[in-house]
Amino acid sequence: MKVKYFAWVRERIGKAEETIDPPSNVRTVDDLIGWLTARGETYAYAFEKPQVIRAAIDHAHVKPDAAIAGAREIAFFPPMTGG
Amino acid sequence: MSAPVTIRIQQEDFDTAREIAALSEGRTDIGAVVTFSGICRGPEGGDDIASLTLEHYPEMAEAEIKRHVDEAITRWPLQGVTVIHRFGRIEPGQNIVLVVTASKHRQAAFHAAEFLMDYLKTSAPFWKQEESAKGKGWVEAKAHDDAATARWTK
Repeated sequence: MKVKYFAWVRERIGKAEETIDPPSNVRTVDDLIGWLTARGETYAYAFEKPQVIRAAIDHAHVKPDAAIAGAREIAFFPPMTGG
Repeated sequence: MSAPVTIRIQQEDFDTAREIAALSEGRTDIGAVVTFSGICRGPEGGDDIASLTLEHYPEMAEAEIKRHVDEAITRWPLQGVTVIHRFGRIEPGQNIVLVVTASKHRQAAFHAAEFLMDYLKTSAPFWKQEESAKGKGWVEAKAHDDAATARWTK
């Protein structure tokens, strides 16, 4: 699946997107944050406060307990500040 | 007739008068047009900002705005809606966002414009970065924006 990062999540990780293949025990958005966090310092920094991170699956907002099975694109970003 | 909807995500500026005209010209079924313009403010927390840079999630932004425009149309009797949101570098005094709502009577247009702005602030995937003499920094989301959005679900 493709993962995209925006704003300071993107800056901290140091890339805007990547393709990942998490193991099958990574079932939810929350699990995926945990799995990404374990990949290295930049990820740990980006996800240091997981409660403020927002996520979208296939361009729709989701909650941390949302299942990621079948997702084509998952995005992580800070709370939105548009308008 | 069904309400015409225009949603644009663009880098370039927009002309508010032209957008109102595009929505209402030649129609006799509209009795009220409400517009909201969001403009880049210079003074911010005691500092003067030099510019804002808006990052966005292109594939999601339009879909997310469309979802809320559709909801506004089901909640209020609207005759038309236009939403334009800019991205990229914007300087103080320049436009950021435009919401135009048209209805037979003013109340629906007022409520729908406010509803759309509240949701644009908290759920449209845009992020502002400020640049000032102190350097660059991401704008933090404001609790009062979340509270403003929450009142529409009561």
